[in-house]
Amino acid sequence: MLFTVTVEVMPKDSVADPEGATIARSLDALGFPGVAQVRAGKVYQLSLEVPSEDVARSTAQDMAGKLLANPVIELATITTIARIDVAGVR
Amino acid sequence: MTTRVAVLTFPGTNCEFDTVKALNRIGCDADLVWHDTRQLNGYDVLVIPGGFSYGDYLRPGAIARFSPVMQAVEEFASAGGPVIGICNGFQVLTEAHLLPGALQKNISLRFVCRSVRVKVETVRSSLTRMASKGQVLSIPINHFEGNFTCDDTTLEMLEEEERVVLRYENNPNGSVNDIAGICNSMGNVVGIMPHPERASDEMLGSTDGLILLESLCSVSR
Repeated sequence: MLFTVTVEVMPKDSVADPEGATIARSLDALGFPGVAQVRAGKVYQLSLEVPSEDVARSTAQDMAGKLLANPVIELATITTIARIDVAGVR
Repeated sequence: MTTRVAVLTFPGTNCEFDTVKALNRIGCDADLVWHDTRQLNGYDVLVIPGGFSYGDYLRPGAIARFSPVMQAVEEFASAGGPVIGICNGFQVLTEAHLLPGALQKNISLRFVCRSVRVKVETVRSSLTRMASKGQVLSIPINHFEGNFTCDDTTLEMLEEEERVVLRYENNPNGSVNDIAGICNSMGNVVGIMPHPERASDEMLGSTDGLILLESLCSVSR
């Protein structure tokens, strides 16, 4: 079975995020009111050929822990898991 | 006996020749060692030079960490052998968990390339044993991700155990406690952001990096 798993990697709250802070300042400079904070992260979409959703989840978690995120400064979250049929339609 | 240094190279490394040249200048034998090597027998010192290993994809050092040579690096380090990471090499060593913390984007979000003044904070590391505590060195930095960060407990430990090796006089990148370089608890594994090989000849404007390389190469078989 083919699954699409989305992994979101964000800087930890305790870690400074210069990229997010710069984007926030830029939005403010562009005239968007009320930008209290921006945090910038990355999103990975994995297509996994695995036997079940549970395996897709645990595999993605393992990948996030070993490579996709640096646990010292980042937090990885699996945000969606979707099964894809052979024709590529959900 | 002449010290033998392995200068490890990954796809995207770009400071390896400068590093070899600087090491040769102080009388070391230095070989370029490609990252697919699995054994490092016969070397006294390992250097992971600067550059952009694997194009800095994902995070600097994140992919180099899984190169075949890294297993041998870990074994060499745990046996007490001197392992130095310069700039991208420092990033590789943190990703490989041979050093604590991580290197984030500079607080300014700008690539910084200039000479900085750094103070030697300990002489109990393989890179500073011939320097003097408090000695100030002028050495170039050249990085986008040199902003050292770690949790408070780690920071306290690094300071208490005198594992901050070099500290910036004027913080160029937002590093916690102005940290420019740290070492492991044994002092044999050191990571620094400044490039000593770029301060190894009068022609380059400074020879302050030589004391670091000479310290490193003062080990003999």
